[in-house]
Amino acid sequence: MTTTLTRAARRRPPSTTPPPRRRRTSWWPYLLIAPTVLATGFLLLYPLARNVLISVQEFGLPQLVRGDARFVGLANYAGVLGDPEFWAVVRRTLVFTAINVVLIMVLSTSVALLLVRLGKWARLLVMSGLVLVWATPVIAATTVFQWLFQSRLGVVNWALVELGFDGYRDYAWFADGPATFAILVALIVWQSVPFAALSLYAAMVTIPSDLYEAARMDGAGAWRVFSAITFPVLRAMFGLITCLEVIWVVKAFVQIWVISQGGPGRATTTLPVYAFQVAQSLQRYDLGAAVSMLMVLLLVLALLAYFRQMYRQEELS
Amino acid sequence: MTGRVSTGRALRGVAAAVVFVVSVFPVYWMVLTAFKPTRDIQAATPTFLPLSLTFEHFGTAVSAQGFWSFWRNSVVVAGGAVLLSLAVALLAAFAVARLRWKGRRGFILMVFVAQMTPWEALLIPIYVIARDTGMLDTLWMLTLVYFMITLPFTVVTLRGFLAAIPVDLEEAALVDGCSRAQAFRRVVFPLLAPGLLATSLFGFITAWNEFAFANVLIIKNQDDRTLPVWLSSFSNTFGTDWGATMAASTLFMLPVLLVFLVLQGRVTTGIVGGAVKG
Repeated sequence: MTTTLTRAARRRPPSTTPPPRRRRTSWWPYLLIAPTVLATGFLLLYPLARNVLISVQEFGLPQLVRGDARFVGLANYAGVLGDPEFWAVVRRTLVFTAINVVLIMVLSTSVALLLVRLGKWARLLVMSGLVLVWATPVIAATTVFQWLFQSRLGVVNWALVELGFDGYRDYAWFADGPATFAILVALIVWQSVPFAALSLYAAMVTIPSDLYEAARMDGAGAWRVFSAITFPVLRAMFGLITCLEVIWVVKAFVQIWVISQGGPGRATTTLPVYAFQVAQSLQRYDLGAAVSMLMVLLLVLALLAYFRQMYRQEELS
Repeated sequence: MTGRVSTGRALRGVAAAVVFVVSVFPVYWMVLTAFKPTRDIQAATPTFLPLSLTFEHFGTAVSAQGFWSFWRNSVVVAGGAVLLSLAVALLAAFAVARLRWKGRRGFILMVFVAQMTPWEALLIPIYVIARDTGMLDTLWMLTLVYFMITLPFTVVTLRGFLAAIPVDLEEAALVDGCSRAQAFRRVVFPLLAPGLLATSLFGFITAWNEFAFANVLIIKNQDDRTLPVWLSSFSNTFGTDWGATMAASTLFMLPVLLVFLVLQGRVTTGIVGGAVKG
């Protein structure tokens, strides 16, 4: 990190620094950011510190009531890491995240490429549909999916039976682990594609058309054009959106909690659900805090590469 | 050659239709169910067009216990959080987009990191802090939490919008004898209005949607619950009454949808622009 910093600083000749905007040093900027910094300190850093504290204490319901928690060092972490259940949850979270993010990225890239090629009216129609999905609140969408996949009256089962899959008559999706998992994937992908597709479309429109014309003159096919021009030019954009989707999918809680509460069995218990279950139903706030710290750690590790790249961009801009 | 071109065109048309139907169908099905008489909902063969409509389910949803107070709670909490974060973020966005100062990059990095925080991981400490400060079961606590959840995003997006407004305009106003505050109010603010709208709508959706904290922080005082929590318990209580559940869901998404449709063009370009720049 430091080497990048100094290298960037050295590389930039003095003349290309952005024009100084107004007074160079005064206390104004600090006054302007003070509320944001204070709010972040009290409402983000303090709870985070508190979470670290709880995770190294013995903190159950009695301690919550009496407030006499004692320190137990890393015992909670040892307990969590030594529990095979936790590792099963981590594996499930990784699989869940991978399936969702791959589907989201492939589908939204396809939709964005389609949008670029559509005529004005068709594009407006598809975009309106996407915006409608985007505007659907999570809880409403979750309830609707429960209704679509309802066993007796659900329209999905009806359609499957009509198509000849007779086994789906009155099929109880939410009683089966993999089926519930699949519905959650469908729900999250459905909700996530609009943002990713519209952002990618907005970025694709900015690519100069002569790049494409040159490629077409050279006789490049659609896939070649995508892999040689669209993707490389928008690499940063693809990176940013993938990272955002990873974060959103890993921390998805409401959909899972409302539809299945992590069940049936443990089929849909991902990390946030697990942390909540441990804290809420077992009243082991200490273990819950340790699990959520490990989740943050996992996310940070996964996104480290992206943070570095972002920091470098901030340096150069 | 023409043959190939028109096949491509037809394929694109089909693809567009598929994307449109898959996006819209769940929402269409929700609204349609909400208006269908119960006998049509329970029919063996579903009907896809509105044959006979009823407002009965909306009546059930609206007259369910506490509906109006939960509605009001949600509006107050989400609206309060958005106004608070707009005010705070506008100051910070101005400092970042317009002024140069030591520590600016560090501040930007802090905001980015805050934006990526998995909030659900902080349920337990925030619950404990709320309890220790006597803020448990208050809408104030919820407003503060939502304010913090929307703040980083608001700073990043407003910074994007502000940066897009040329500094020259402001400087011209200064030369014309405006004070800096006047220049901001008369020149920058009107240009920033669409950005403020887009940003506040997105913040509003986030707060309007939030379930986990509302579910954990408001326990004893059931009258202070918000709509998402109400809706999830509603679909449990009325689990078999799908008409009423879908009517409740429709009422829940209505305000967001209305604002979104009114502002559609601006919001989409604005948020996407913010994301691209952010």
